[in-house]
Amino acid sequence: MKFNLKIWRQKNASTPGKIVDYSIDNINEHMSFLEMMDVLNEQLIHKGEPPVAYDHDCREGICGMCSMHINGRPHGPLAATTTCQLYMRNFKDGETIYIEPFRANSFPVIRDLVVDRSAFDRIMQAGGFVSVNTGSVQDANNIPVNKQHADLAMDAAACIGCGACVAACKNSSASLFVSAKISQLALLPQGQVEAKERVLAMVNQMDEEGFGSCTNTGACEAECPKEISISNIARMNREYYIASLT
Amino acid sequence: MNKQIAKNGMLGTLIGRKMLMGITGMFLILFLVVHCAVNALIFVNDGGELFNKGAEFMGTNILIRIVEVVLFVGILVHIVDGIMLERLNRQKRTVPYVSHNPQANSKWYSRWMGLLGILILMFLIVHLKHFWVLSRFTDHIAHSEMDKLPGQETLFYEMKEVFENPAVVLIYVLAMIGLSYHLMHGFQSAFQTMGWNHPKYTPCIKQAGFWFSIIVPFVFALMPIAMYTGIIK
Repeated sequence: MKFNLKIWRQKNASTPGKIVDYSIDNINEHMSFLEMMDVLNEQLIHKGEPPVAYDHDCREGICGMCSMHINGRPHGPLAATTTCQLYMRNFKDGETIYIEPFRANSFPVIRDLVVDRSAFDRIMQAGGFVSVNTGSVQDANNIPVNKQHADLAMDAAACIGCGACVAACKNSSASLFVSAKISQLALLPQGQVEAKERVLAMVNQMDEEGFGSCTNTGACEAECPKEISISNIARMNREYYIASLT
Repeated sequence: MNKQIAKNGMLGTLIGRKMLMGITGMFLILFLVVHCAVNALIFVNDGGELFNKGAEFMGTNILIRIVEVVLFVGILVHIVDGIMLERLNRQKRTVPYVSHNPQANSKWYSRWMGLLGILILMFLIVHLKHFWVLSRFTDHIAHSEMDKLPGQETLFYEMKEVFENPAVVLIYVLAMIGLSYHLMHGFQSAFQTMGWNHPKYTPCIKQAGFWFSIIVPFVFALMPIAMYTGIIK
């Protein structure tokens, strides 16, 4: 397969970037998008040009490291797919593909397609945990957990923190990520103890990191590779109101 | 866990600001129900007798007048908070995407609520000037044909006069299309913002919101059309 690639190249955070055209041939249709990028980078290195910097790690859709805004959508055209799980057969032979970094002021570009998503880490540090200060592990069945809540908590915990929600949102809102991280704990008895402090701290940190507000367009849910539901955002709002007013 | 939690009050965070949008939006939805119901009295087609009685009640009842003040505060909060949030949100991505495909993941009217709101605001100014200023701040409006003083007209008569102009009718109909799309997103969005999301009730709310945003603006739009075409005499 042959592709015309229009890739965002940016030397560092302080230098403005631009789209650069590349042509690539002999791409196997079963290659993943990242493997295609590897082929391109190898060719660039042979030519003595700097390779395109991009984030990746597990390449099996569970780490949340790969990003990329492909043809106008985070992680490309498929639903519930990370870029590493996107295959070249999903594109037409000869297609022009735009590849850009996730864009949000809270996710500054470090180089080319690599963005700094450490704002998410700081939100987690603000309260995305359960404090276990002493003792050994308790017997798991000591605390009964409603099956429905356990399932919802597990669904929320599927969030890999990739930042596609922020990239897709017209307001660069991190609401889907933060609400998933709040929900996975708020739904379980172990998370109830610090529920109020948690939601207040994480919501404040989310604002401080400069993310926008949620206007319920649902773009995040549609683009989320883990199909996190925006019902989590309603839960975060509920938790926030209760924590603020009581 | 965190010492700076209480630093921001509820209205100091974006979620709190959005809650204001949700509460005022819901209040404005209730207002639309009342406004639409009272105005629909013109469809009785009795020369405006019943409608004028309704207008008199709305203009003289003390409770309604108090709620009217609350309504204006609500509208003002909805507008000012909405514009401020829209401005803030637009500053969050200063380098735009070169290739952007938002229609793949969201409805256009959910992304253009600010613009639709501005259009409705522009209509609101024209609309208030047409009827509200006239009936609240001048002596021009009589409560019925019977106790009309010289130089006075009933509100029904004023409606007929305003809607003789086809340009005005067009503005009103276009504004109602804008209102319809604003409600199409806003109705269910307000519930979501307030945290009222439930697997059993959210589909009902979405259905109700869909039909509400079609029926209410449609009934409103019918009023100038019916008056212009002479269906209502």
